[in-house]
Amino acid sequence: MSAIAINPIYRAVRFYEAPIGKKAVMAITGVMLVGYVIGHLLGNLQIYASDPEQINRYAAFLHNPANAIPLWAIRGVLLAAVILHITASVQLWLQNRAARPVGYVKKDDVPASYAARTMIWSGPIVGAFIVFHVLHLTVGAVLPLEDINQNPHTPNVYENVILGFQNPWISGFYILAMILLCLHLYHGMWSMFQSVGISHPRYTPKLKKGAAILAILIAIGNCSIPIAVMAGLLHL
Amino acid sequence: MRIILHIWRQRSAGEKGRMVRYEVPNVSEHMSFLEMLDVLNEDLTMRGEEPVAFDHDCREGICGMCGAMVNGIAHGPLPGTTLCQLHMRHFKDGDELYLEPWRARAFPVVKDLVVDRSAFDRIIAAGGFIAVATGSAPDGNAIPVPKDDAEKSMDAAACIGCGACVAMCPNASASLFMGAKMAHLGLLPQGQPERERRAVAMVAQANRELFGSCTNIGECEAVCPKDIKLEVIARMNRDFLRAKWAGEEGVAGD
Ligand code: HEM
Ligand code: FES
Repeated sequence: MSAIAINPIYRAVRFYEAPIGKKAVMAITGVMLVGYVIGHLLGNLQIYASDPEQINRYAAFLHNPANAIPLWAIRGVLLAAVILHITASVQLWLQNRAARPVGYVKKDDVPASYAARTMIWSGPIVGAFIVFHVLHLTVGAVLPLEDINQNPHTPNVYENVILGFQNPWISGFYILAMILLCLHLYHGMWSMFQSVGISHPRYTPKLKKGAAILAILIAIGNCSIPIAVMAGLLHL
Repeated sequence: MRIILHIWRQRSAGEKGRMVRYEVPNVSEHMSFLEMLDVLNEDLTMRGEEPVAFDHDCREGICGMCGAMVNGIAHGPLPGTTLCQLHMRHFKDGDELYLEPWRARAFPVVKDLVVDRSAFDRIIAAGGFIAVATGSAPDGNAIPVPKDDAEKSMDAAACIGCGACVAMCPNASASLFMGAKMAHLGLLPQGQPERERRAVAMVAQANRELFGSCTNIGECEAVCPKDIKLEVIARMNRDFLRAKWAGEEGVAGD
């Protein structure tokens, strides 16, 4: 009944065991991932700078050996967040599916709930995209990458992005993934508040609208780059 | 008017069921949905067939006994209405309606459209109460309750425990039901002492009953005959998370 001192590891396990605890973990990791998505987009928009070297200078800054510790710390935290987010979502999905072993012959859905009902599909496709994206522009396993400098390693981001997006298959997959990310965030960015218990009849509808607008802006920002390359607006 | 029904027929919990087609030729628009089923059942009885089993009691939308999926919507297409209060004037001549029981692992089918909802009773028994010594009713204004809280609590107390939220939820989650009970009790001064213990105990019981969990989809809110809002689920999450944060273990080690 009371807040007796319990082993913190035991407490964390008990917290995570409960579905509401898992949802809270998804909400917190979701916020971290959203923060990354926005930061990443703002970084990428530098490709529109009048000076094509602008984005390469940004890349050189990130790759500067002096920044290696914060860079790897952020990568580590993001990786942990993705793993927790996916693990919790899959565990909840399996439990929730088991909760209705016999389905309906006919089932109607509230149309507005489309994004919410498809989180478990938009999420993994975005996840697969993240792997592809890292292989494409970080590792260089999809197309050979151009470097400005070997040591310290400085990629020629401007050229790599444009050469990559001149391939319609690559551009198409990026755009598809960004539309699914938009759906995922359309629901996720208000759902995370509900999951941790924040809801108010006056503010929640505004929050939903804000989440929708932000999700669409993120999608427009991200999709604009492959579209601009294919349209020839960005070129070498 | 003539209504064509496809109804889930299942003789008992253990047996396999199937959809069976029926025609009800003389449906009056003034009939309630259940009255139409009464007419069908009379006809089936006359023909020596087994009537369709369905739950009902008050037939005025307050007891929570009735309910079925009508074309995939819990309690049928009219929002904010129980099946017993749904009238046939909302349908047209020749409409084909699929009637199915609530589907959830925690709500096993007993017969035809009747399901066993005792899992809800066990959730209430786990924590959906206020453990105070009862006696004669206290004076009306002895315990002041802010107007806003009283209103919200009354809104939540409108839940009749019909199970439509579980039936409609893609996850078969009982969150709207539990949230309603927790908001109903937890908004009042009398409900405060057990507020966190209640959240932990009810949620733990729902997990034991194998209900799913909430992913904030909102189908429950759309079909709730009493218009209970998703906000009560956020409130439940808040109570639960706060309790867990404080190391609240609920009863029986949950
Ligand atoms: C990589 C694979 C991913 C999977 C499998 C996945 C899956 C899910 C699922 C199933 C939900 C449940 C939401 C619900 O029904 O309420 C969810 C929520 C969420 N996701 Fe993801 N997701 C993934 C990636 C991402 C990414 C990359 C982001 C951010 C950019 C993200 C942000 C969110 C947010 C903010 C929520 C809301 C959390 C909540 O409702 O509490 N997810 N995700
Ligand atoms: S029969 Fe009582 S609510 Fe429908």
